[in-house]
Amino acid sequence: MKNNFDRRSFLRVAGTSLGIGALYSVFPALTRAHGADAVTRTLAQLNGEAPAPFSFVQLSDTHVGFNGPPDPLGTKAFESAVATINGLKNRPELVIVTGDLTHDADSSDEHAKRFKLFKEIAGRIGGAQTKVVPGENDAALDGGDMFREHMGPTHYSFDHRGVHFIALDNVSRGRPEVGVEQLEWMKSDLARFPKSAPIVVFTHRPLFDLKPEWEWFTSDGDDVMNALAPYENVTVLYGHIHRENIHQSGNAKMYAARSLIFAFPDPATTPVKKPMPFDKDAPFKDLGLRRINGGAGGTDLQIEEVELATAEFSGTVGMDQMLKHGSGDAKDE
Amino acid sequence: MKTVGLKIFRTATIAAGALATGIAFSNGASVTTVRAADEPRVIEIKAKKYEFAPAEITLKKGEPVVLRLTSTDRVHGFMSKPLKIDTDIPNDTTRDVAITPDTAGDFTVICDHYCGLGHGGMKMKVTVVE
Repeated sequence: MKNNFDRRSFLRVAGTSLGIGALYSVFPALTRAHGADAVTRTLAQLNGEAPAPFSFVQLSDTHVGFNGPPDPLGTKAFESAVATINGLKNRPELVIVTGDLTHDADSSDEHAKRFKLFKEIAGRIGGAQTKVVPGENDAALDGGDMFREHMGPTHYSFDHRGVHFIALDNVSRGRPEVGVEQLEWMKSDLARFPKSAPIVVFTHRPLFDLKPEWEWFTSDGDDVMNALAPYENVTVLYGHIHRENIHQSGNAKMYAARSLIFAFPDPATTPVKKPMPFDKDAPFKDLGLRRINGGAGGTDLQIEEVELATAEFSGTVGMDQMLKHGSGDAKDE
Repeated sequence: MKTVGLKIFRTATIAAGALATGIAFSNGASVTTVRAADEPRVIEIKAKKYEFAPAEITLKKGEPVVLRLTSTDRVHGFMSKPLKIDTDIPNDTTRDVAITPDTAGDFTVICDHYCGLGHGGMKMKVTVVE
C-alpha cells in the first residue's frame, strides 16, 4: 500500500495558552491527504474505528507528595492543570501523564497515600480518559507492585479514534531500561498495523541519550526505536527531564513535557543537575506549557514556549493569593 | 565526545604475594590498593545510599586497573557511557570491572539503579591524567 501523505501531518500539535501541559490535536490533515483514504479504511478494519480528529493533553511529573525545597507549591500546579483542562473550550478526550505521578516516600503507607491523592486530583478531570505510565519514583523500588495496585498495568496499548497508543514502562526494572520481554511484546503488538498507522508511544524516560550522566536515557532505547523505525507516523511523548525538549529520530518525533513541580536546567549549559531555584516572585517560572501551532496542512510546526503565569498568580501577591486560596480560578486564555 | 577503550569483566583473580599500598585522593579519602607485579592496580569502591566511597578517583591514561565494587546495603548501578562501564553492584557479591583508560579527562559515574529518594545525586568522579 502506497501512501503519499506527509508523515509530519499525522500529529498536528495545536496549543492554547492553558496554564500547564501540552494540548495535541490529531491529524485533521491526514484525512485530507492523498492516499489517506486507504489508510483510514485499513485502520478502521483493524481498530473498528477510523481515524478522526481529536485532541489530548500531556501532563508529566506531578510528583504528588513532594514539598520542596526548592518548590513549596505541593500539588498546586497539578490542581491548576486540572482546573485549566476542565475550562478548555476544546476539551481533550485523553489526558496522558508520563510518569512520576507520585514522589517516592520512605514508607509504603505514605506512598500509597500519594497514589490515592494523585487519583483524587486526576479524578476531577471531566470528560477525558486519563492514561498513565510510571516513573522511577512510582515503580522502581518495588518492581511496579504499588503502581499496578493503584493505577493498573505498567505497560499496555489501546486504540483511540484510529490512533494506536503504546504505554512503555522504562522504570520498574530498577534500571533505565524496557527489557527484552516488554520489547518483544511491543513488536508483537505492532505487527498487526500497516507501516503508515499513526502511533503514539508514551513513556517516562527519554528513549535516546539525551544526557546519560544525568540519567536522561534508556539503555535499550535504541532497540525500541529500531522496532519503531519501519513505521512512518510515530510520536514519542515522555517526561522525566522536567523541561521541554523536541528530538527527531528517523521518522519519530519525541516531545518532553515540563514538570508540574520544579524545573531542571538546560544540560547543555549547566554542569550540575539540580532543580532550578524557586523564585517567589515568579512561582511558576519554568513550569509552563509548550504552545505549538501547526502551519498549513499541519506541517512546519511553530513552537512557542509559554510560561505558566496567569495574571492572578504572577508576582509575590499572586503567590500569596495562590497559597491562601488555591488555584481553582485558572483560566483558559 | 571523549571515548575510552576498556575491557570489562566480572571477576578478577589477584595473585598471591600481592602488594598493598595506600592511595590518597584529592577529596581527602583514601583506599587500599592490592597489586602484584604483573597484575593491574585494584581500586576498591564501596557503594551505599546515596554515595560512592571514594567519591573521586584518579587513573592514569594507559594504565590497566580493576575497580572492585561492593555494596553495603542494596543493589546499586555503576554506569558511565564514555568510560563504557555499565554494571550493577549486588549487595552480596563483589564485582570487578577492569578498565584501561585511553583518553584523559574528567568523567562522571552514576548509580543508574534506582535506590531511593537521594538516588539522583549518587555519583562519583573519575579523572584520567596523562
